[in-house]
Amino acid sequence: MTDIPAKATAPSASSGSLLLTLMKLRTFIALIVVLVFFSIAAPNFLSAANMILMAKHVALNAFLAMGMTFVIITGGIDLSVGSIVGLCGMVAGYLVLNGIDLQIGYTVYFNVVEIALITLAVGIAIGAVNGLLITRLNVAPFIATLGTLYVARGLALLSSDGRTFPNLVGKADLGTTGFGYLGAGKLLGLPVSIWILVVVALGAAYLARFTPLGRHIFAVGGNERASRISGVRVNMVKMFVYMFSGFCAAIVGLIISSELMASHPATGESFELNAIAAAVLGGTSMSGGRGTIGGTIVGAFVIGILSDGLVMMGVSSFWQMVIKGLVIIVAVVVDQAQRRLQSRVTLMQMAKVG
Amino acid sequence: MSVAANHDVILKLEDISKVYAGTIAVKHANFEVRKGAVNVLVGENGAGKSTLMKIIAGVEQPTAGRILLDGNEVSFSSSGDAVSRGIGMVFQELNLFGNLSVAENIFATRELANRFRKIDHKEQEKRAAEFLVQLEAGIRPDMLVEDLRIGQQQLVEIAKAVSLDARILIMDEPTSALSAAEVEILFKVIADLKARGVAIVYISHRLEELIRIGDYITVLRDGRITGQEEMKNVDTQWIVRQMIGSDAKDFAKADGHQPGAEVFRAEDICLPRVTGGLAVDHVSLSLRAGEILGIYGLMGAGRSELFDCIMGRHGHASGRIFIDGKPVKERDTTRRIRRGLALIPEDRQREGLVSILSVASNLTLASLSRFVSLFHIRGGVERQAVTQMVRELSIKVADPAQEVSSLSGGNQQKVVIGKALLTGPKVLLMDEPSRGIDVGAKADVFRTMRKLSRDGLGILFATSDLDEVMALSDRIAVMSNGRLTGMFDRAEATEAAIVAASALGHGPAPHTETNAA
Repeated sequence: MTDIPAKATAPSASSGSLLLTLMKLRTFIALIVVLVFFSIAAPNFLSAANMILMAKHVALNAFLAMGMTFVIITGGIDLSVGSIVGLCGMVAGYLVLNGIDLQIGYTVYFNVVEIALITLAVGIAIGAVNGLLITRLNVAPFIATLGTLYVARGLALLSSDGRTFPNLVGKADLGTTGFGYLGAGKLLGLPVSIWILVVVALGAAYLARFTPLGRHIFAVGGNERASRISGVRVNMVKMFVYMFSGFCAAIVGLIISSELMASHPATGESFELNAIAAAVLGGTSMSGGRGTIGGTIVGAFVIGILSDGLVMMGVSSFWQMVIKGLVIIVAVVVDQAQRRLQSRVTLMQMAKVG
Repeated sequence: MSVAANHDVILKLEDISKVYAGTIAVKHANFEVRKGAVNVLVGENGAGKSTLMKIIAGVEQPTAGRILLDGNEVSFSSSGDAVSRGIGMVFQELNLFGNLSVAENIFATRELANRFRKIDHKEQEKRAAEFLVQLEAGIRPDMLVEDLRIGQQQLVEIAKAVSLDARILIMDEPTSALSAAEVEILFKVIADLKARGVAIVYISHRLEELIRIGDYITVLRDGRITGQEEMKNVDTQWIVRQMIGSDAKDFAKADGHQPGAEVFRAEDICLPRVTGGLAVDHVSLSLRAGEILGIYGLMGAGRSELFDCIMGRHGHASGRIFIDGKPVKERDTTRRIRRGLALIPEDRQREGLVSILSVASNLTLASLSRFVSLFHIRGGVERQAVTQMVRELSIKVADPAQEVSSLSGGNQQKVVIGKALLTGPKVLLMDEPSRGIDVGAKADVFRTMRKLSRDGLGILFATSDLDEVMALSDRIAVMSNGRLTGMFDRAEATEAAIVAASALGHGPAPHTETNAA
């Protein structure tokens, strides 16, 4: 979870174990490398204003990547998060502008807190649909969430006929003002969205490390059959991870529409891929059972800083894509090399003993 | 070697070792294969026979040592490599494609093609038919493999190996699913191959079979070769002595404590099989506190399935179970564990352990709720329980934070047992608890079983090892073909009676259920 790695297992302080330690810390090293590189190459990169701006960008991906991390640790995948972002943004925008028409001459308007809660509930509900499809109907996670990706995106477009809900200022007499606070508000000098990220990340890391549910998430990903026989409620664990992923996506939907003060139904397209990339970069294993929230956050920062830094340097967005792809591939190659090295070290030790 | 050399040595293994994560399967083995002869290899489960054969067939690569073929050193990087040098293998677990035809299976990876590189199905089927006729099994080459009986599938596997025209043919328990008549046919095929100068390596558990067809015998125990002889110089006693060794199994002695009141009862457990019939057929049994009830049976007798039913792993199983006389209505594993049932599954890797988690996390996986206040795992309490269990079961581990996969097989098994014990069970179900672990760890496991029974736990343990069931059980139940076919008190049980009961029900037998209700 957050104990990433720093423990060296081999007692012999050989070059092998030093290499192993370096490999384990690779995401951190990558983060430091991009920071140092851009602070030299891009002017103004290190300014406080730029740092905060970048953190706000990174936060969006980091939320999705955290939800994704839990899903991937259980051995699944959630492709629907980008669409949930879009749909939840539309739900929030619709409620601010129109409220709910009760069809009897009354329209109910909710205040901003209620709107946020309803939006989060929508995100969790879509996650629950994913979970039910996967646990009850035995649909493969890739297919189930691919289906909800299309359905949620379609619903988002239907909600406004493809138009944007503009100008979500709200009306004071209806109590719907203040929607911009999430995206633009500040607390102790830092944007509210950053504070939310800190809270959710600490919560998720705590969950992974100190609660039975967290332990079960890892166990299910490591060996589902053995977990079942040990009494782990595998289906409940899976339901949770998809619902948590939906919850994270709903937060992102809220923050984006709040920042823009508008909801656009195409928001969040291909966000799921960035989230997967951040999780993998942070050391989450696609085959399940391994991963940390801390690593994922670092991974999200590496990807975010990389793309913002390249923009500041004026690198073309086409090259940015190439570079991002290469970084992800290198990360996974190093990951595999580390596993091989580790198992070889263990085997050699055993052969010596036996 | 004292072996007379009237057959030339074609293949020689020198000082071969193979290490897997967690176990050393083969230790410094020297093995010779002779031409035109049946070279028999025997040993108990987990002695390393299959691993040794996979090394010869190129499926696995040795960690150390060398292989000499016709006196030249060779190394096989894949099974294709070995096949191209004339080594064929009939695998114990069938390696067939169920969705392809018999002919397509026989010629898989070396399809007969015409000059446009299109597969010549007619020619393949004609050639396949020639091999199949030899085996007299009534298998048509155009049949789908998944439609065949297991025995017939095994014959297809044999036909496939024979069709390779191999110089060395390895057969890993080729008769395990064959009927008596099919075995006779196989032996005819083997005699024919022998006459053509093929070297055959034959692995089996059935001693009478080995003595009948073997020319040379090699015995493996715990990954080491303990004897190599010409078959005509040896008898059954010699084989058994080499297999078991003088450091025979160290069964903990019974301490003579009296079992208490009934702690567990199963009534009329039934589990339908996918292919029709019942995998568990109206089984009822009862267990007293402090009692060890051994369930003996051959592979596929329904022992594991019975345990699965008791643990609530099959929603469609029927029957009733009681703990301390009270019915267990819960149908899911989680709540049955809470009622005091715990299972130590047969397959440690697939069902027992989460191999990428630490020893500590594995130990407490089933009992986390014991260490939780509200929703927080109290690390101190958990660590304390882990340390205590590591000491009690003498698990050899430097640091419980180590990954469980780095432990040896025996220590891994102790972790699985520790996990079950931490749930505080009243009834412990142990499925082949000594499979694939070394002698020392076996003795530890048996000692633990004795101790637990003294502490008042009821233990049901399933095994296919006759010695084990005789030495450890207070009572012995025998299962065959899903049914309970015998129930003996320790005092009156004889090996002959148990073996006889374990073969019941394979023919049409009268309904002779002897329950100890």
